[in-house]
Amino acid sequence: MNIVVCVKYVPDAQSDRTFSDDKTTDRAGVDGLLSELDEYAVEEALKLVEAGEGEVTVVTIGPDEAAEAVKKALQMGADKGVHISDDAIHGSDAVATSLLLAEAIKKIGQPDLILTGMGSTDGLMNIVPTMVAERLGLPAVTLVSSLEVNGSTVTGRRDGDTASETIEASLPALVSVTDQTNEPRYPSFKGIMAAKKKPVETWSLGDLGVDAGQVGLNNAWVQVESFEARPPREQGQVVTDEGDGGTKLAEFLSTHKFV
Amino acid sequence: MFELTKDHEDFRRVVRDFAESKIAPHVEEWDAQAHFPSELVPQMGELGLFGLVVPEEYGGAGLDEGGFTYLCLAIEELGRVDQSMGITLSAGVGLGINPILTYGTDAQKQRFLPDLVSGKALAGFGLTEPDAGSDAGATRTRATLADGQWTINGAKAFITNSGTDITSVVTVTARTGEQDGKPQISAIMVPSGTPGFTVEPAYRKLGWHISDTHGLTFANCQVPEENLLGEQGQGYRQFLKTLDDGRIAISALAVGLAQACLDLSADYAKTRMAFGRPIGANQGVSFKVADLAVMVEASRLLTYKAAWLKDEHDAGRRSVAEVKHAAAIAKLYSTESAVTATRLATQIFGGNGFMEEYPVARFFRDAKILEIGEGTSEVQRMLIARQYGLVS
Repeated sequence: MNIVVCVKYVPDAQSDRTFSDDKTTDRAGVDGLLSELDEYAVEEALKLVEAGEGEVTVVTIGPDEAAEAVKKALQMGADKGVHISDDAIHGSDAVATSLLLAEAIKKIGQPDLILTGMGSTDGLMNIVPTMVAERLGLPAVTLVSSLEVNGSTVTGRRDGDTASETIEASLPALVSVTDQTNEPRYPSFKGIMAAKKKPVETWSLGDLGVDAGQVGLNNAWVQVESFEARPPREQGQVVTDEGDGGTKLAEFLSTHKFV
Repeated sequence: MFELTKDHEDFRRVVRDFAESKIAPHVEEWDAQAHFPSELVPQMGELGLFGLVVPEEYGGAGLDEGGFTYLCLAIEELGRVDQSMGITLSAGVGLGINPILTYGTDAQKQRFLPDLVSGKALAGFGLTEPDAGSDAGATRTRATLADGQWTINGAKAFITNSGTDITSVVTVTARTGEQDGKPQISAIMVPSGTPGFTVEPAYRKLGWHISDTHGLTFANCQVPEENLLGEQGQGYRQFLKTLDDGRIAISALAVGLAQACLDLSADYAKTRMAFGRPIGANQGVSFKVADLAVMVEASRLLTYKAAWLKDEHDAGRRSVAEVKHAAAIAKLYSTESAVTATRLATQIFGGNGFMEEYPVARFFRDAKILEIGEGTSEVQRMLIARQYGLVS
């Protein structure tokens, strides 16, 4: 079974994240990494291929540094990588991102399964996986906490607040996985060394046959108008118990509508 | 010239992630309970940490050269979160795996190395005795050979990784006769559970609470003749050859500790308020942080210079004398800096630095042994002074 995993290079959530002058995420000023939510998709792909046969290809879109996200996936055990990089892509929205990913997946060669994380830890658009599936005309099984492949079908479990759904789709299909799916492995030392010899192709817009007028900040359907840092959390309120602590606690909970 | 490459930094990042997510959340509890988390050892094995200097046939990385520098990076990064797990790796490789890898027969290597490299098992090395440390001639443990069996009697002290529930073997040095009027010392492998081999209850230590350390006693403990490791009578000389590695490894452990002190202190100095401003706004605090940064940088350079020399020596390009000299200098400077670093860090933390819920308190306790183990600071000074013709 051949699997393509779509991954994203995101600013480290532990660092001070900011926006650039054009109101896009500042990627130069902070350390980046493979989005932690995508690690679950990579892990799931590796487990499926290890249990049978086939290849795992990871694909990412982003500036030069984004190759690090591909490398991390290769270190974990993926077989090859594709890095889509072109200055014209800067500032692309979910619509353009899904176009680029869909074209890249066609160029890689239709896989049996496309896996993605549940969303990126920076943009949080979460719609890209569904859009990619739509563009490729494939069934989308999103936000599953476990999945199983049997012959020509994939079955996933989606846990909601009140019920768990079991969803089945015929392959090829796209599946997005949550952070409940598995425990992603750490790259081993051998994996780090082996990754250096694995093939990574870098594709431009031209390679994908996508016109610059379809992507980029100026062609985005939505634009960030303004942004401001969330105010720091207010200091906690200390209730001194003078025999009426229980009452005060109940009042606090009810005035804040916690109960 | 030596430098850390992107590969080194990639590897460092993986070990750091592992330490921060698998060790850091539990370290306070494990330290308080003196609990050795043996379930972590196979996970470290999966990362490849025990096999960095081991050929592929035993499950190791199979690097042509450069493996020791990677090992030091792993020890530093584990040590930045928890010194005990850092020494567990350092001793597991340097004292557990290396003697078997270097001196073992094919059969001995096949028997023990695969499990040690994968982290399914740990091995220890028993040299120190209650009355014999660097003075190995004073070794009292004896082994006598009769009917194809060694019979061992004696006691060993401070033996790391010797009593975990996954310890498979402890190699011990023992007198096996006399040569030219001097005791003949040999190394013999004693598998865990051998009758007559008793692991004493764990020590109550000032620091390194999570690390497994025991005294061992041998009372008519019998093992087959083929458990001799290396040549009879060469036990001490064999051990001396591993000392330089051990010193550089301890130096790496000290770098991790000093780096932790620097990171924790800089954060605390920025967030802890006093008199309406962060305490780091005062030079009495900020200059301490600057001193910590200098110590970390200098210690790291000395450590990785020595590690690089060791790798170069193994590749046949540098002399052993250069490695020995660099190892002694790195070990002396890094470990004494580490002790100073914990003193500065706990001072910056004030009263909180004396509280166990702040990691600097644990690092303060953990630092002292660095100036003692693998040759005391005094031994390092002696070795360095000898290079200048000052014989002592």
